[in-house]
Amino acid sequence: MTSTAPAVALRGVRKAFGKTVVLDGLDLAVDRGTIVALLGPNGAGKTTTVNILSTLVAPDAGTATVNGFDVARQPEQVKASISVTGQSAAVDEVLSGEENLRMMGRLSGLTAHQARRRAAELLDRFDLRAAGRKRVKTWSGGMRRKLDIAISLLRTPPVIFLDEPTTGLDTRSRQDLWAMIRRLADDGTTVVLTTQYLEEADVLADRVAVIDHGRVVAEGTPAELKARVGGEVLALHDADGAVVREVPTDGTLTGLRRALALVGDDALDGVSLRAPSLDDVFLAVTGSPAAASTHDQSTENQKEIA
Amino acid sequence: MAIVLPTILMLLFTYVFGGAIQSDGGYVDYVVPGIILLCAGYGAASTAVDVANDMTAGIIDRFRTMPMRASAVITGHVVASLLRNLVATAVVIGVGIAVGFRPEASLGGWIGVAGLVALYILVITFLFAAIGLAASSPDSANGYGFILMFLPYVSSAFVPVDTMPTWLRWIAEHQPLTPIIETIRGLLLGTGIHGTDSWWALGWCALILAAGVVWSGWLFRRKAGRR
Repeated sequence: MTSTAPAVALRGVRKAFGKTVVLDGLDLAVDRGTIVALLGPNGAGKTTTVNILSTLVAPDAGTATVNGFDVARQPEQVKASISVTGQSAAVDEVLSGEENLRMMGRLSGLTAHQARRRAAELLDRFDLRAAGRKRVKTWSGGMRRKLDIAISLLRTPPVIFLDEPTTGLDTRSRQDLWAMIRRLADDGTTVVLTTQYLEEADVLADRVAVIDHGRVVAEGTPAELKARVGGEVLALHDADGAVVREVPTDGTLTGLRRALALVGDDALDGVSLRAPSLDDVFLAVTGSPAAASTHDQSTENQKEIA
Repeated sequence: MAIVLPTILMLLFTYVFGGAIQSDGGYVDYVVPGIILLCAGYGAASTAVDVANDMTAGIIDRFRTMPMRASAVITGHVVASLLRNLVATAVVIGVGIAVGFRPEASLGGWIGVAGLVALYILVITFLFAAIGLAASSPDSANGYGFILMFLPYVSSAFVPVDTMPTWLRWIAEHQPLTPIIETIRGLLLGTGIHGTDSWWALGWCALILAAGVVWSGWLFRRKAGRR
């Protein structure tokens, strides 16, 4: 194992599906034991990046290494170095949650005894013990998601990939998962996760890579990134509550006064402050808002913050 | 299901159709090999749905990112089908004996029957596995596999082929199931095997098994290879 190499490195990675260019020369390096968030809208190339790093997809050009192993030439060593939770539920519905965990544990090399013990631990930790012996077919979407993530924590390989891990989780489960992810990183595991939520990247990640149209358009600590985005956004509403105007602030009282002064005394019906969203990040970084498809996600995000 | 269906089919063919086909009650001796293959077909059909399910759900991608051979998914379903259908075969023979089936097979004959039935189960399971891989969804997998379940009816499984109209008789005589059934029947009843039936049976099985393995292997690499 080459411990000096970065946990994950991508250099000039390109990938097109047919005529659609998904990754357009993506560069990224992730240090060992850190949490990195790939932040971007749907279609930015986050999932393709994870799929390339987890050997599911072959890059057209460029190199990608995980734990020092090249994904194209050493896929078996890469697979032994990672665990992955994708976006679609990778659980067997015919089996119970406990059986899923035991089966996946056995398949990833645990003994029957270890697999049984680990399954019990993870069911407890994810609050799934009560339903543990029921068939997954009867479980809710959020519970399946938790099981899915629990499966990828059966072993603790050097690198863990989580593709939008908290999508579909309630607030409490989301915070539990955040705590768990942080504990993994504290123990030396490198975590690469994708998210559409600025808040998640902010709370969790040591570094954030903003991805747009298949490239990293900004990279840095959450603080550095937020410094570029600014602070809360002042929003003005009409009588129906629809947003008619938004003015960014730098998050200080002076900044807020300045924003208010800009607005003037127009006869508007409502005013509110909201946290900056993914759209604001994109506006700040790329000069244009994120693709339209992300709009629903970011409004949802605001509700969750509120 | 692996136990109920063989029991029902065995009773159905013996008591409902048997009397009309052969009124002296001896039909049960004739029909057992056909029921064995019919049940193997029904039992193996679920492999298509199971394989399609695993290929469309995210689980195949998880296997592909784990340090294991992802095609073990297919091997697992094939082994499961083999064991399940061997149990079903034992049930058919057991119920058959209970309703008057009197096999005269020697020890070697029984071993031959077990071997040929196991081979046939593998053949049809691999075909269903390939159908499951080719199908775009578990539902369509279910539909495509339907045709294979009708093959036993157009063979010597339930009635002698010389009772059929000439054109149908030609199909029935030359389709793979007839020599397999004749071989199993000859071994079970201890009446010996006609001419080259056993070689045709083995030849067909080997040929279709090879085709099924190659076809499913190709489909698997196409569907679950690196994109």
